[in-house]
Amino acid sequence: MPLDPSFASLPLDVLADAAIDRARGLGASHVDVRVERTRSRHLSLRDCVLSGMHDGEDVGVAVRVVLDGTWGFASTVDLTPEAARQAAETAVTVATMSRPLTKRRIELADEPAWRGTWVAPYALDPFDVRVSDAVAVLADYSERVLAHRAVTHVTATLDAVRENAFYADSAGARTLQQRVRVAPVLEALGVDPDAGSFDTMRSLAAPVGRGFEYVTGEDGVHDWDAELGELGDLLAERMAAPSLPAGRYDLVIEPSNLWLTIHESVGHATELDRALGYEANYAGTSFATPDRLGSLRYGSELMNVTGDRTVPFGLATVAWDHEGVQAQQWDIVRDGVLVGYQLDRASATLLPGGPGRSNGCAYADSPSHIAIQRMANVSLMPGQDDRSAADLIGDVTDGLYVVGDKSWSIDQQRYNFQFTAQRFYRIRDGELAGQVKDVAYQGRTPDFWAGLAALAGVRTWVLGGAVNCGKAQPGQAAPVSHGAPTALFRDVNVLSTLEEGSS
Amino acid sequence: MTRGTPPDQLVEHALERSRGHGCVVLLDESRTANLRWASNTLTTNGATRNRSMTVVAVTGDGPGASAGVLSRCVADTDDVAALVADAEAVADASPPEQSAMPLVRGAASPQFTDPPAESGIDVFEPVVGPLAEVLAASRTDGIDQYGYAEHVVTTTYLATSAGLRHRHVQPSGHLTVTAKKDAASTWTGVATRDFTDVDLGALDVDLRTRLEWSQRRVPLSPGRYRAVLPPTSVADLMVYAYWEMSALAAHEGRTVYSDPGRGTKVGRRLTDSRVSLRSDPEHPGQECSSVVLAHASSPVSSVFDNGLASPATGWVEGGVLRALVQTRHSASLTGLATTPGVDNLVLSVDGGTGSVRDLAARLDEGVLVTSLWYIREVDPRTLLLTGLTRDGVYWVSGGEVVGAVDNFRFNESPIDLLSRIHDAGVTRPTLSREWGEWFPRTSMPALTVDGFNVSTLSEAR
Repeated sequence: MPLDPSFASLPLDVLADAAIDRARGLGASHVDVRVERTRSRHLSLRDCVLSGMHDGEDVGVAVRVVLDGTWGFASTVDLTPEAARQAAETAVTVATMSRPLTKRRIELADEPAWRGTWVAPYALDPFDVRVSDAVAVLADYSERVLAHRAVTHVTATLDAVRENAFYADSAGARTLQQRVRVAPVLEALGVDPDAGSFDTMRSLAAPVGRGFEYVTGEDGVHDWDAELGELGDLLAERMAAPSLPAGRYDLVIEPSNLWLTIHESVGHATELDRALGYEANYAGTSFATPDRLGSLRYGSELMNVTGDRTVPFGLATVAWDHEGVQAQQWDIVRDGVLVGYQLDRASATLLPGGPGRSNGCAYADSPSHIAIQRMANVSLMPGQDDRSAADLIGDVTDGLYVVGDKSWSIDQQRYNFQFTAQRFYRIRDGELAGQVKDVAYQGRTPDFWAGLAALAGVRTWVLGGAVNCGKAQPGQAAPVSHGAPTALFRDVNVLSTLEEGSS
Repeated sequence: MTRGTPPDQLVEHALERSRGHGCVVLLDESRTANLRWASNTLTTNGATRNRSMTVVAVTGDGPGASAGVLSRCVADTDDVAALVADAEAVADASPPEQSAMPLVRGAASPQFTDPPAESGIDVFEPVVGPLAEVLAASRTDGIDQYGYAEHVVTTTYLATSAGLRHRHVQPSGHLTVTAKKDAASTWTGVATRDFTDVDLGALDVDLRTRLEWSQRRVPLSPGRYRAVLPPTSVADLMVYAYWEMSALAAHEGRTVYSDPGRGTKVGRRLTDSRVSLRSDPEHPGQECSSVVLAHASSPVSSVFDNGLASPATGWVEGGVLRALVQTRHSASLTGLATTPGVDNLVLSVDGGTGSVRDLAARLDEGVLVTSLWYIREVDPRTLLLTGLTRDGVYWVSGGEVVGAVDNFRFNESPIDLLSRIHDAGVTRPTLSREWGEWFPRTSMPALTVDGFNVSTLSEAR
């Protein structure tokens, strides 16, 4: 896709020069300017009928300065040189007011001043699709699901985003980028009046950095026909399934569920700003502290995790971050040992014996917010031999096969987690033995990953992800993907949510 | 192009440019300021100004109408004209919307032409001096402080082609602090409209008391315990229970408020009969909009309902479920009164007296919670939620705090908890730690509940 000319033709350099010149004139040692436009669309259908639509467009100029070792940030929605200069002045005022509260001077890791343009690979811009055509696709999907006798109601939602981002700084960097993402979700509700109960079953199509071709299935990435065809049966099976007693079980976890466990127990735990305590008042800290870099045993020797801002179609994939740092891929856990963190330019200077360079993990969710250290696509590498999910299930005598994410929660240091799933299947003697319900799996991060006993091969590897990861004050939402193969974990604590809820 | 056009004139311009059957315009002028600190030093900050217009372009009339809903930052009348044209193009390309209704009629408020309310980084002047002193004292005493202060003022101008003109000013602010010393951690937070009422010194005294309590550790095993929940934690649980109160979702059979396959539980006993849960736009100190301001349709709001009165409503009264959050559309489906959502929440328990400290003093034996975190739904049928305690849990014996226990994960339903109240405090303004960012106006009592489920322990400090 070409870069949108209506963005490229904005007076980007003029705005950047106005802000940079003004802030430097007022004494700033570093100035960066982001001009961004984000288009968003939300569509929701209830029982095949449009129940809500909203299109949004967020445009603005963000100016960040370092003045006397202190940050100052301001933004404006007015794309004029005068407004950009005013934002630069406000950023300097904010820095000046903040100076007495600042004890540690801000230092920024060096980065070459990149210049270039990048457009993510996608075929059909979701904003080139008429609302009526998008609704027609979702209505068709909804009708197919609602046709099943077990389905009482069906909801469908589609979220789509197109981002344009221009970055410039006082060192001379100038980059221009464009990317899209889509998140289609279908959920079936079954109501059983006789039992006075209900349950849901949701599609597993992950949100991705792809165009509308992913929603229609034209690109062959997600098999919508198969999934829509089986959703009603899967729901009916679960509603009739037995409740599982609590106990310890071996778990074979699909990437559709494991991505979220990786996100919570590895992704957030290896953000350096968290490990340094910057998020102590909000998102939390981390047990994986910098003094344990190179020595902390995170999991079994099978565990290899990378941070990656380059993987095609990843939700956190870019060419340069919001501090002008080139996108990279690096090791976070190698052979089960913590070896790396996610960094921005300020935190990269605080890592003892670290790389001395940011690995490109700074970004903001809108021009109204300051760039902070955010998550790369953090992914678990597949096994070397070409094992299948069935091979892993074959290694289990009494366990569960876990499919699709649902509920999630983890403590602020990233130790104690509890997850549920769209589907839990009982495994008996190496075979699937039908769905069970009322299940949650719970663990302590290093113990859970120490139980990683087998990895399936690259053919099972899938990018899952989320579009709404929350962090920072003021709160920012971020899209991020996580790749994983199907994997086997031994001896995991499994709760009965029925027993948990019985006072 | 006309730069510097007042907001009310931009809204009028949008209505003038409208060519459809109907039009709703919402213009939001927001001013924000924030300060953030970690390890006793400032980390980030900011001051932003934003102006965003939402146009609901309506094609067709009444039920069967389509709505094109488009929000965008606007600077001048040219931007407004383009926005209206684009919204109408979306409406023309959209199928009918489920909740379509005639637009709300109304009169023009005289305040509609007033300028937007202002705020900036100087709103923190009352706290910056005291904060510098607190941070300096913390450094001296080996305490690390992490905190955040935010102020947002949003002025919303709402107008419809049916004559309504309404202006609403919504200030919101909060300040939260986490203090750490050695292996101990604790937290406090307050909501405020303007920071003139924030007493940092008093907050610091509370934090230091809790750090002192943490000097002694007491073992705890998983199990069920009598537990004192402070107002912030009660707010965490009640806000979730309120967010689940969609009448449409209950009617479809998908929530704890459903009688699956038959309708809703409105009219039935839900909790202890001393409990009432209400929202009131005039609640002192927590005033909020008294009309619907809907920027998009959802199960709990409809863009067609913009401007509809949202008066004080009792959701639960005397332990009985009295109302659920409605649109005009869902009210017609459920046959219940049209009771739109209101942006504050007040829980009270008849006979409740005292503060969280008083409840601890009245407790024989059990745990005292500081705050809750990472609360997510496990089972919507019972509204079973999981989550963790954070930044300090203390063991109380004979009305005295005797030391700190491990943080723990709970699995509990707020509805079920409201039937296990052992003791209750007086209702007072509080900030939900987990949801205060999205829902800052809550008034809650502290509660002592029986059999709180300490499911698994967490070594997080």
